[in-house]
Amino acid sequence: MSKRFVVIWFPYLRTDWFTRRKQILKELPFVLTVPDHGRQLISASNPIAREQGVETGMVLADARAVIPSLQVLDDRPEISHRLLKGLAEWCTKYTPFVAIDLHGGLILDASGCTHLWGGEIRYLEDILTRFKNLGYHTRAAIADTIGTAWAMAHYGKGPLIIESKQQTAALMSLPAEALRIEAETVEQLYNLGLGRISGFIGMQRSALRRRFGRSILQRLDQALGNEEEIVEPVQPVIPYQERLPSLEPIITATGIEIGLQRLLGTLCHRLKQEQKGLKTAIFKCYRTDGRIEKIEIGTNHPSSNSTHLFKLFELKISCIEPGPGIDLFLLEAQKTETVSPLQEKIWQKTGGLNNIQLSELFDRIAGKFGNDHIQRYVPDEHYWPERSIKPALSVNEELLREWKTGRPRPVQLLSSPEQVQVTAPVPDYPPMNFRYKGKLHKIIKADGPERIEQEWWLQQGQHRDYYYVEDEEGRRYWLFRAGHYSDSSYQWFIHGFFA
Amino acid sequence: MTKTKAEIIFELQKELLPLQGFKHSLGIGAVDTGLGPIRYSFPNATFPVGAMHEFICTGPEDGAATAGFISGILSSLMRNGGVSLWISSSQTIFAPSFTHFGIAPDKIIFVNVAKERDVLWCIEEALKCDGLASVIGEINELSFTASRRFQLAVEQNRVTGFIIRNKPHNLATTACIARWKISSLPSIRVNDMPGIGFPRWNVELIKVRNGKTGCWQVEWMGRKFRHVNHIVPFIREVPLVNKLIS
Repeated sequence: MSKRFVVIWFPYLRTDWFTRRKQILKELPFVLTVPDHGRQLISASNPIAREQGVETGMVLADARAVIPSLQVLDDRPEISHRLLKGLAEWCTKYTPFVAIDLHGGLILDASGCTHLWGGEIRYLEDILTRFKNLGYHTRAAIADTIGTAWAMAHYGKGPLIIESKQQTAALMSLPAEALRIEAETVEQLYNLGLGRISGFIGMQRSALRRRFGRSILQRLDQALGNEEEIVEPVQPVIPYQERLPSLEPIITATGIEIGLQRLLGTLCHRLKQEQKGLKTAIFKCYRTDGRIEKIEIGTNHPSSNSTHLFKLFELKISCIEPGPGIDLFLLEAQKTETVSPLQEKIWQKTGGLNNIQLSELFDRIAGKFGNDHIQRYVPDEHYWPERSIKPALSVNEELLREWKTGRPRPVQLLSSPEQVQVTAPVPDYPPMNFRYKGKLHKIIKADGPERIEQEWWLQQGQHRDYYYVEDEEGRRYWLFRAGHYSDSSYQWFIHGFFA
Repeated sequence: MTKTKAEIIFELQKELLPLQGFKHSLGIGAVDTGLGPIRYSFPNATFPVGAMHEFICTGPEDGAATAGFISGILSSLMRNGGVSLWISSSQTIFAPSFTHFGIAPDKIIFVNVAKERDVLWCIEEALKCDGLASVIGEINELSFTASRRFQLAVEQNRVTGFIIRNKPHNLATTACIARWKISSLPSIRVNDMPGIGFPRWNVELIKVRNGKTGCWQVEWMGRKFRHVNHIVPFIREVPLVNKLIS
């Protein structure tokens, strides 16, 4: 399939940006200036100023002489790139492949995209009207090669849609600088009377190379399509991406749901055919006012189950602000992994942690509240009760060591031990009674002590002597004494409840 | 041959049971929870799995006893590699204690969400998940609507739901098929060994749909429940230290 490229050129990029922020400037001649050797040099001028003869590179004082009412603003040359990047990202609604042209424009790879807008004429018209509504002056051309499209956008007259394989005819009448060659070479060409491309396009290649260097040949080849031009897209190409333009702007949640369901349907069908499952996906809604609303989801297991993925998105649909309406939906699977369908069947039969439905449940909970709300514990190599367990890194992490079963452990553990008052007459024997939350508990039976030492490499402090005690009503507690009985600084704590 | 009145009533009752949420307990593959005589309180003398059970607690000690009793039931529900979800707004359960009930603590997954309504949402979502053995939810208040939603969710799947309600203000009717109250009882020393015996509870079945309420004394002995047949008289024993001193 032959490629088709669109080059969009913004002749008044920065002045348009200033005009967008200050609508009044639309009617007035104004220029942007940068200081240069103690004078103000014009770095950009708006269409009205340019019409009256104020060009880029003039000194401000000269320009003032031409137009006394000239408005002057300080230029911010650094915004150009950022602005282009933003516009390029916005343009990804037209094609996934958008690159920035360093001459103040954008390059779109429109291959296979134009039919979605009903042909190249409509596609181009749509782009131009959108930018016009945003307040940007643009010129755009569509051709088989970037070189020809660029030349036509900058210097072309007449139709800006170059039919396939018509590059040579289109380039003929254009000036030499339309080939994006160095100013020096251009000057040389002009001096020799070869100001038009038609003047040298038919020359022998060896003669051209000898006189003007290799670059002119390369540029010619790129423009004619004999050599491929490589440009770097703003966003890396994502293979799993589906888009759905809508005829009329959508503002209801139901509309968004229908769009999402359709996109999920096609994407999941494709994933299933390729035996893949998605791990993260992003759903973008392009609003008519140029804003992009997006929601993201993630899964534990790679999934290609559209109902499950829809449920995950469903929780977040309410976050989308449709504003004046959404005219394009885009669904991307950013991270995919290979899954074998055989494996899924085995999982579905057995219970356990690898169950697909279970991981789908965790996805839903994590999608709503965040991943840190789901906790699974595995044993850790510590005796200190608080440190004896640690959260598992993943839901299906394997156990590295066995659970210790020797000593009694309470069913409920207080998050931090609470101090209690006790009566303990005999050293190293369990207390007679203790007062907890104002209630006196008389201890009838007891087990212990179980001494747990501080792990000095982690924390300094006193050891704990744990007692498993039962009061007269049969309630069972876990008490400990921090420190030796002989020390004056010992204290008693309650740390948990037994079943 | 005409059926006797009793037979007709019996058959009608049998038809009614599935409509009242006892669907799965009638099917084959009912799990023996080892509860012994308690199961006779339920229709068909089977502990209803795939249904909602409600537990009332009045304090952390009751909460611990309830958690222990539920763990005992879980040990049989999770016997074939199942996974359970423990959902609460503030987690107090200490995972290693499950080892005493024959459950691998890593097979219990804890979900902690701050708000009660989020806990309700999580419980309902979890009950809809076929891959779980059981779902335990800790909430204080349970409205009839919420419990009805839970019951409808479990009827679709075979998940057993346990709701632990700590100090509830409102004890109105819920759609749960049973309401329990578990409290600790003094343990009995084995062979006069010093220390504390097996954990022992007073199991009260306050409400049960289509069944008989009752009160039992149950002990968790190593790996299974054991019924304490004789009612142990409540003897106020001499405090331990006094004994040591004397």
